[in-house]
Amino acid sequence: MELVVFVLAAAMILVGGLGVVLRSHPVHAALSLILTLFGVAVMFVAQEAHFLAAVQVIVYAGAIVVLFLFVIMLLGVDRTEDIKTEPFKVQRPLAIIVGLGVIGLVTAAVVASRDVVATRGSGIAEPAMTDPDSNIRQLSRSVFGDYVVAFEVTSVLLVVAVVGTVLLTRKVKSTSKESQ
Amino acid sequence: MNNTTALLGLDPIAIGDLIWTPLLIILLKVVVVFVIGLVATMLMVWFERKAIAGMGNRIGPNKAGPWGLLQTLADGIKLFFKEDLLPDRADRFVFKLAPYLAFVPAFLVWAVIPLGGDFSDGKDGLVTWFGHATRVQLADPPIGVLLLLALSSVAVYGIMLAGWSSGSKYPLLGSVRASAQMVSYEAALGLSIATVILLAGTLSTSGIVGHQSSFADWHVVSTGVIPFIIFMLAATAEMNRPPFDLVEAEQELVGGFNTEYSSIRFGLFFLAEFMNTITMSGVIVTLFFGGPQGLFDIPGIPGAIEGSIWLIAKVLVFLYIYVWMRATLPRFRYDQLMDLGWKILIPASLGWFMLMAVLRLGRDKDWNAGLVAIVAAVVILGCVALMSTAVKVSKANREREGAMF
Repeated sequence: MELVVFVLAAAMILVGGLGVVLRSHPVHAALSLILTLFGVAVMFVAQEAHFLAAVQVIVYAGAIVVLFLFVIMLLGVDRTEDIKTEPFKVQRPLAIIVGLGVIGLVTAAVVASRDVVATRGSGIAEPAMTDPDSNIRQLSRSVFGDYVVAFEVTSVLLVVAVVGTVLLTRKVKSTSKESQ
Repeated sequence: MNNTTALLGLDPIAIGDLIWTPLLIILLKVVVVFVIGLVATMLMVWFERKAIAGMGNRIGPNKAGPWGLLQTLADGIKLFFKEDLLPDRADRFVFKLAPYLAFVPAFLVWAVIPLGGDFSDGKDGLVTWFGHATRVQLADPPIGVLLLLALSSVAVYGIMLAGWSSGSKYPLLGSVRASAQMVSYEAALGLSIATVILLAGTLSTSGIVGHQSSFADWHVVSTGVIPFIIFMLAATAEMNRPPFDLVEAEQELVGGFNTEYSSIRFGLFFLAEFMNTITMSGVIVTLFFGGPQGLFDIPGIPGAIEGSIWLIAKVLVFLYIYVWMRATLPRFRYDQLMDLGWKILIPASLGWFMLMAVLRLGRDKDWNAGLVAIVAAVVILGCVALMSTAVKVSKANREREGAMF
């Protein structure tokens, strides 16, 4: 059962990921991204991280990609682009190097820390069947307890980004009389 | 621990080895939920047309079947046999995909709504079928309510992609309006649910229903009425029902996001819309009105059936309210819609959530109740004053710059 779910979800993630890169149509690429996000959500459910799966769908698939699509539609760039022409010459070689580097690093990390992950992982397992809310309880303990400062700083960062965006898009008011 | 059970949800029937009887019960539940969903939608379309006709002093459907009951069936058959048009400039794959993206989430919500159960004499809603204890709901995942939010956020795609893939201006305008509206009101929807979760202490829908065992515990009472009102308004906007149906403002947009759709693809959008009305009424009843929990024992009826009767009665009230709103309220203007969502509903739901959290903390820590209430009232008044000043100043600024609204 677990293996079947893993294979299906992994196929979803890979097909979606390839679609994001290879589809020449921006809207199709965004839809492929949704497929990938759903695959990751299925993976979370299979790992009994139900809360993360729900948040993944609500936040990423439900809000962020909707905004992507929104921008694509409003800016009118929703037509096929020729992916053969390259806007920046150095981009593709750099992307290949970075991609290979990340794959190498992740593989190395997993291989190196295999024993540690196995022993630590058994420690945090709390039977989800006896307490359905254990997921949320553990998450909130670490977010609002151990890492509360980092959490608050992140939210300040987001507020700064929002205020900055609003300020950047506003016109300067003092010259509005003359320009009219 | 058995991983399969966790995947299937928390229903006690799915725990342990899956043998034939439980499997058959689950299959039966799937079929029953599916059929009830379709039949209820069919009756809802009839009910809405009939009620609106009555309010408009007309007769309404009265030809097909007794009292016109089969009118929806006749319309459905007609839709199946109509020509299925595909616009020239349409994005073929997305155009075909969109109706299902609208329809499937509307159906899936049914799976987590408790449709009945034995709550008489303080029981926890479990019923026994063929010697197996189970809940009268298809699935009871630990994230219950969040699943509702996730599905409603997926439903945005159906409308958005339908409008875009039609390759025409009016549907695109309709779908851009729809997605902006749905994304805006999702925040208020989620925040008003948060207040309910705060009191119930669990996300699972059966747990939330179990928590509302008497009238004073119904969340509409125990959270104060505000979250219920916010949820009701936000849900109406989320479903694009009148008075928030700018998505298909036919005077401005021809027909809205579904202008280019015909035949059964249009039928699926239509079905999804009406099914959403029923499921949202079910969600409101589950979250705020105790779901299948009754006010009193109906004499002569076993407890397990009583729950379903209460649920149907409560859902019917909300269905009628939705029809009533559609028949009596004029459509909002777009800027009014956005003002209501962002400047009233979201701050109000956030403020009320904070208030409930403080009251709860005060009760847990044995603070002076009167002092807590006074401080909370002062803080709320201060926030309201700040908020309204900010809105006034920004409005004055915009008027000085010469904007229309």
